Amino acid sequence: MAEIMYWEAIRRAHDEEMERDPLVICMGEDIGVAGGTYKATKGLYEKYGAERVIDTPISENGYTGLGIGASFLGVRPIIEIMSVNFAWLAMDQLFNSAAKVRFMSGGQLTAPVVVRSAGGTAHQLGAQHSARMEKVFMGIAGLRVVTPSSPRQAYGLLKSAVRCDDPVYINEHELMYNMKGEVPDEEYFHPLEGSEVAREGSDVTLFGYNVSVHWCVQAAQTLAKQYGINAEVVDLYALAPLDRAGIAASVRKTHRAVIVEEAEPAVGVGAEVMAIINEECFLELDAAPVRVSAANVPMPYNHGLEKAAIPNAGDVVAAVRKMFGK
Amino acid sequence: MNVADKKRLLREMLFARRFEERCYEAYVERKIGGFLHLYPGQEACCHGVLEAARPGHDYVITGYRDHVHAIKCGADPKEVMAELYAKETGSSKGRGGSMHIFDTKHHFMGGYALVGGPFPLAAGMAKAVKMKGGDEIAICFLGDAANNQGTFHESLNMAKLWELPVLYVCENNLYGIGTRIDRSTAVIDQYKRVAGYNIPSAQEDGQDIEKVFKAAKKAVDHVRSGNGPYFLELMTYRYRGHSMSDSNAYRSKKEERMWSDRDPIIMLRDRLIKAGEMSKDDYKAMDTELLDEIENDIIAFAESSPEPRVDELERYVFADNDPWVYGGGR
Ligand SMILES: Cc1ncc(C[n+]2csc(CCOP(=O)(O)OP(=O)(O)O)c2C)c(N)n1
Ligand SMILES: [Mg+2]
Repeated sequence: MAEIMYWEAIRRAHDEEMERDPLVICMGEDIGVAGGTYKATKGLYEKYGAERVIDTPISENGYTGLGIGASFLGVRPIIEIMSVNFAWLAMDQLFNSAAKVRFMSGGQLTAPVVVRSAGGTAHQLGAQHSARMEKVFMGIAGLRVVTPSSPRQAYGLLKSAVRCDDPVYINEHELMYNMKGEVPDEEYFHPLEGSEVAREGSDVTLFGYNVSVHWCVQAAQTLAKQYGINAEVVDLYALAPLDRAGIAASVRKTHRAVIVEEAEPAVGVGAEVMAIINEECFLELDAAPVRVSAANVPMPYNHGLEKAAIPNAGDVVAAVRKMFGK
Repeated sequence: MNVADKKRLLREMLFARRFEERCYEAYVERKIGGFLHLYPGQEACCHGVLEAARPGHDYVITGYRDHVHAIKCGADPKEVMAELYAKETGSSKGRGGSMHIFDTKHHFMGGYALVGGPFPLAAGMAKAVKMKGGDEIAICFLGDAANNQGTFHESLNMAKLWELPVLYVCENNLYGIGTRIDRSTAVIDQYKRVAGYNIPSAQEDGQDIEKVFKAAKKAVDHVRSGNGPYFLELMTYRYRGHSMSDSNAYRSKKEERMWSDRDPIIMLRDRLIKAGEMSKDDYKAMDTELLDEIENDIIAFAESSPEPRVDELERYVFADNDPWVYGGGR
């Protein structure tokens, strides 16, 4: 099992799938000759050529629609949208065409596209380059949404997404491309549904996804060491559909829940997970569930303000301490 | 186009007209719900273009005014009507409705309700054909007002950039709902707008099926021979309101009369009669036959078909039991 970076894991999944199936293509801005903003397609242009590694014009809705149309006829496009902030422009095609075509055609057509995009807050990129949009995508029936928290997941989720017949949106993170982690040497397919227990615990469940899983794990270590609280961390790598059974199982075990999200709280993952807890296992709760979310502001440029706008491991620790009165 | 072809096309167009008129009645009787956009007046566009192409083989996509295009591609009119009746036997199993007719068996790739939505989808199908090495082309039929969407420009640019085998057909009926083209669009001649993308184009009378056929033949040949995209603008008119909820008050009687004098069906009929290939009685007999077929076969089928089952509400959202959802297992 080799340690590789998140971007290398994504690149490897592209390469293996493209080598296996000549109908797998990738497309996006600067992904070919330039090698990709995050190097996720590095070297693929040289290996597979311009017909299959397509440098697109800056037409997010247009090229996403083009990929969807190609997928109608069996092509498997992996579409990279440079930043989720630009993915807003592609929502028409992704939501109106890809997510709905199977249903509205009575099962005749499907759009097996993969759309990958980098979201989250990086370093002082300002209001228009720091969006956290997963909440928007996960509310659309017919679209699968996954979000890898590690190189292993980044690799395995992309592999499964390419082969799956449904459209899949993969929410990556600006700051995670250089993160290192172990990825199996042999082929590995990560499930597109479910959740993973990132750390076993008994006293409280910290629900995280993507970058916030790492805050949760860090917080759990502090909580164990300094406060004697044994927190479980559940990694919600699948945001749509969410793992109702997995969420409920952990709450039945710990009886407490904290949901940690990098996004603004309204209509978000935290709200959704809380609703699921209420619906599935309300009477198991020993305390009211809590959200740790971003401030409800457009992302500021100033470093101090930016830091204050998004949560961190310390905020998770504070929320749990408050819950336990410690 | 020989005499037999013309007679067949006359029959097909008259069938399309009667089919749509019967939809109107069914809507008034509340048998059909939702939005209903009818095609009378524009029949020569669909029939002329697809006659010059290979319906059932080429990939056709359009907007919400889609019944006739589906049928010309080979969709069973019974299934189309059953879809309008929201029945399980409908082409989209009652899940789509008038604006979402699909018949992928016959390469009719759908009706879409977002104005401009099909432009990039058509380019994508053309990309797929090019990759797979087939001789099909993609044909996208849309209205004049759709050309003011960003997808129009984005798709034309990519189609030309990558020389994709796609034919864009603009059915210019001069209106986007109630807004006349000169009030929405800076350039009135739509075929001129694609010059900015180096795409060859033409404008033709969309009421005369022989002219449409000829222009479309050239367009289809261009695209099929690997010369990249083509844009064909057809000047036409819809005889009814935009949809059933449209009062149609924004058009003058004079303008309507001018266009109804150029009815594509009557023009072809009179030409055949004048040439001695058909009599008025022949035409009447054909009409009666079509009306009977619509009533006794098509409407009867739609009426007697079952509704979708409520316990199947959540079917077709995702693929059934896709193993890759479970990491390749299950
Ligand atoms: C994106 C979007 N905007 C607005 C509408 C509402 N709408 C439906 S049809 C239409 C007019 C389109 O006219 P045109 O493209 O010329 O086609 P026609 O109906 O004349 O065949 C409008 C505004 C829509 N369906 N989709
Ligand atoms: Mg119009």
